[in-house]
Formats: sequence, C-alpha cells, structure tokens
Amino acid sequence: MRIAVLVKQVPAVDNVKIDENTGTMVREGVEAELNPLDLHAVEAAVRIKESMPEGSVEITAITMGPPQAKASAAYAVSMGCDRGVLVSDKKFGGSDTLATSRTLAKAIKKLGSFDIILAGERATDGETGQVGPASAEFLNIPALTYVSSIDKLNDKYIEVTRSIEGGHEKLRAPLPAMVIPVKEMNIPRLCTLGGKLRAKKTEIPLLNADDLDLDENSTGLKGSATWVINVTYPQMTRQGRKIIASGRLDETVNSILDFLDEKNCLGASK
Amino acid sequence: MKVNKNEVWTLAEVRGKKIHPVSRELLAWGRELADSMDAPLASVLIGCDVSPKADELFPYGADKIYVIDDPYLDNFLCDSQVNILEDLINRFSPSILIASATTQGRTVMPMLSARIGCGLTADCTELSIDPVSGKLIQTRPAIGGNVMADIKTRGRDPQMCTVRPKSKRPLCPDMSRKGDLVKVCPSSNLMVSALEYLGFSPETSVGLPIQEAEIIISGGKGMKNSKNFAKLEELARLLGGTVGASRMAVDLGWAPYSAQVGLSGKSVTPRLYLAFGISGAVQHIAGMSGAETIIAVNHDPEAPIFRVADLSIQGDAMEILDGLIESLKKRQS
Repeated sequence: MRIAVLVKQVPAVDNVKIDENTGTMVREGVEAELNPLDLHAVEAAVRIKESMPEGSVEITAITMGPPQAKASAAYAVSMGCDRGVLVSDKKFGGSDTLATSRTLAKAIKKLGSFDIILAGERATDGETGQVGPASAEFLNIPALTYVSSIDKLNDKYIEVTRSIEGGHEKLRAPLPAMVIPVKEMNIPRLCTLGGKLRAKKTEIPLLNADDLDLDENSTGLKGSATWVINVTYPQMTRQGRKIIASGRLDETVNSILDFLDEKNCLGASK
Repeated sequence: MKVNKNEVWTLAEVRGKKIHPVSRELLAWGRELADSMDAPLASVLIGCDVSPKADELFPYGADKIYVIDDPYLDNFLCDSQVNILEDLINRFSPSILIASATTQGRTVMPMLSARIGCGLTADCTELSIDPVSGKLIQTRPAIGGNVMADIKTRGRDPQMCTVRPKSKRPLCPDMSRKGDLVKVCPSSNLMVSALEYLGFSPETSVGLPIQEAEIIISGGKGMKNSKNFAKLEELARLLGGTVGASRMAVDLGWAPYSAQVGLSGKSVTPRLYLAFGISGAVQHIAGMSGAETIIAVNHDPEAPIFRVADLSIQGDAMEILDGLIESLKKRQS
C-alpha cells in the first residue's frame, strides 16, 4: 500500500504576540513549523503503516513551497514517513488554492499511484481548507473530509467516521481516496532522536515546474483564479468596560446580568 | 455601471431532509448582491423529498429555486453534489455561487472549483460588488483575523465563495413573496456516488454546534478541573447557548474537539461570547474576535482576552459562574 501525505510549512504562531498599539500579530523573527493540523495527517499515515505487516506500506510526505519548506517534509520523515518530496519552483509563487491543488495533483500523479492520500484540515496561515478536497477532485478520487477516525481499511475500501455539525457520520469510500483528518483523530507523536537522524540522512528530492510539465498559465500567480486586491488591518482591540470583582459577588453578578440585558442576551431566561 | 443579468446563486444547505436555517443567511447575502447587480437571486436545493419544502425559501429573498429532488440524493455525498452543480452551472451560467462555510460547503465547493476551474474564496465575512467592474469583491480574515483581505475572481464565472455562518442575519420573512420553482432532473449517472453512507449518530451535548450558536459560554484552563468545566453547561442551558472551549481545555479532556474555538479549532461569530478562565492566546482570539459582544472573566488583570472584551471582569471565574447560575435560576423560577 502506498500512502501520500500533503504537508505545508507555516509561520509558527505559538510564540506570536499581539502588538499592543496596532493590534496586529507580530510576525518578525517568527520561526516556521509544520502546520499543526497536518501533524494529525502524518500521524494517521504512520499508524496505518504500523498496523500493517512490516514493509507493506510506504509513506511519501509531499510539501509545496519555497526551498526552505523542505524542512517540513524532513519533519514528516522524522515522524515515520519513508520519504519526502519538495514541490518547488519560482513559477509556483503566488498560487491560490486552485493553482496549488492543480500543482500538487500533478506532483502526486508524477510520483506514481497511491492508495490513500492524507492532508490536514487546513493550514493555520491561509485557513482556507480548500487544497485537500480540490486536490482530490484534480486526481478524480473521492474526498473524505473532517475524518475523526478510520474504522476499517483493506485494499479495496476505507470506512471512516466524520465529525460534522451536530454529530458523527460514517462513510465508506473505494480506494484510492483522499482522507482529511480533524484534530480529534489522534495525538501526533513527538519525533525521536532516531527519527531525526533518519530524516537527516534522507534525501528530499525536488520536483519543479518542468518536471511536472506545468506551464505558467496553470500554476503560480497566472494560473490562479483569485487574487488579493487590497489588505486592511482591522482594529481587534475593544474599549470595553472593566469591573474588578471585590468583596460583593452579587454586585458583580448583577452588573453582568445588566450588561447581558442591555445586549438582549437574556431572552432565554426571562 | 456594467450590469450583469446572470443570476446570483446560493447553495441551500440540506441536512437530513430539512432545509437548514443557514440557507436563509445565504439568501440575505445573495439578495444584497443581486440587488446591486440588478440580477435575479436563485437558490439551488438538492436532496430527497425536498420539493415540498422549497417554498420555505421564497420569503427570505429567493426569486427562483432550482430543485433537484431524487431518492438517490437521500444523503449529502460530495461527489454527486459536484456532478449536479457542474451540470446546473453549465446549463444556466450563474455569475456568482455562494455556499455556507460548513462541513458541507467546505467540502463540495473546493471540489467544484477544481472540477470547473473557477476561483473560490473561503470563509468570507463581507461581500460586495465592485461598482466599476460589476465583479464580486470577497473579504475574508487571514492570519488569525489580523488581516482582512479583499479578493477578486478572474476567469470564467461563477465567482464562488463560502461565507462564515452567523456573519449575516436572515432577512425578515415576507410571507407574501413568491417566486419560480424550477425542477431539474439531471441524468441519473450524475447522481450516483462512489461513497456509501453508513449512518449518523447525533452528539448529545447541550445546544447548537458552536459555529451556529448565538450565544457561546466558553471555558479554559482557569476552570481548573472537568467538574468545574461541566458547570458551563448549566449556564449555557440557562442562557440558551452552547459550550465552547479553549485548546487547553480540549487537550485536558474537559471538552470535545468539536467545541474548540480558535486557530486549530472553529472560528465563531456569535452574538455573545462569554469566556471563563480563558487568558486569550493569539490562537484563541483569532477564533472569537468576530463575536458581536465579548464578556471575559479572568483572575489575571493582564489577561490578553481583556483587550478584545466589551466587558472585562477581573475575579474568580468559578465564583462568578456559580453566582450567575444561581441568580439566573432564581429569575426563571
């Protein structure tokens, strides 16, 4: 069985602070990391591999981005993927989700046939969640989105549980299929020292626009169907009222209730 | 102004056999755009036994409803939805297609975008028509709500986007409003899915899913333990709201992932967001700063959540939560 995992490098947000004056995120000097939601996709792939006879599953981590995004593919290898591939070219720059998906689908096809393709729910920078399902469509395979567990897997089909509004749904899909986990599926492992050493030794080959036979009208800025025309920085901070709760709880509670009433939020309790 | 008479479409959301209320919000979005383009507004309704319910949508602004009603469409399966929408778009050439940024919309729209090669913008919070070009301007938050990006679509129509639930109110229903019902029967091979539906089990928690809730009572690490956290449900019940949680509270196992608000959880835009014991990490604020009213209770006067709150209460979260529950119970009895 061959599994591909799509991973993306994003700016690490864990240590980001908000600029008090402008109310915007301070991004200078912020390190890059593997998109946190992609870790669940990598973990799912590695767990499938561990559940199968040794040597029967091969996992390829595929990342698209600038040359330094290679580190994300390497991180996926250190978690247990067998190899990593970097899809990178200046011509890919400025790709929207449509152009990115088209490019990734080309790369996946170039790397041979896969039984399962895993992708993260969305990236914490762009936050679109569109690349997984759109890549599935370019590959002409079904997409299983918001997957909270893989319930059954054989060489013909996969059964999953999806976490959707108001409950959980079970679906069966023939393979190959795209599987997009949500966070509740698993707890991603930390990479071991051995894993890190293995990743260091693993070569991450490059696929560029020529390798993928992509002309500049189908990828990058020119191949994109959406583009940003303007950017504004909204003021996120609010000039709210402040109460310091001192001795009298009933006073504090009453001022909250008055505020709720003022905002018409006591409808259900009148 | 260049006038484009091609229809504005919204994709009605069907769950089970019911039209979900988010479909009315979509019509409010669509009506505004259709009016400024002087174009008709149509809703696409796909499902099984949905025809008798189509009339529900006219009072909320639809001029026309395309109904695709077939036993094959008993459950939402993304591949058949994509097939049907592609067929409809090729037949009727709408200029705009808006869907909700729900698990359905966020699955079917990217696939449709790839199928027909049209651009798609995710999770918009504002839409308008450019008076010069007559084209759709889609506004969406990026980088955790710190940036608002205006986005345009080029190439073939429709211009497509998903909009965040609860970011617009439905129009006041006009019960006298009527429109055209257009039944469309795509060929049956388009309705067959490769996927097999195996069942649904509803969640038992209080209230609506957080993305759809008007009121969210949220808790974080400051709730100290799962027993305290569970009390939030009581307040949620009293106020008619839903319980949300910070990442920390979810990681500690006090709440399910479906309740997580923030960058790696859900982005929410309720009318009221009441946060107990949440300090307000950047990732959390990214998911809730769009709420109409924010109340935060925290013992730490420096808690970052106070900077985005309309009412900040510095005090003991448990004590104040208990006080509120007691006081509301008295009022209701």
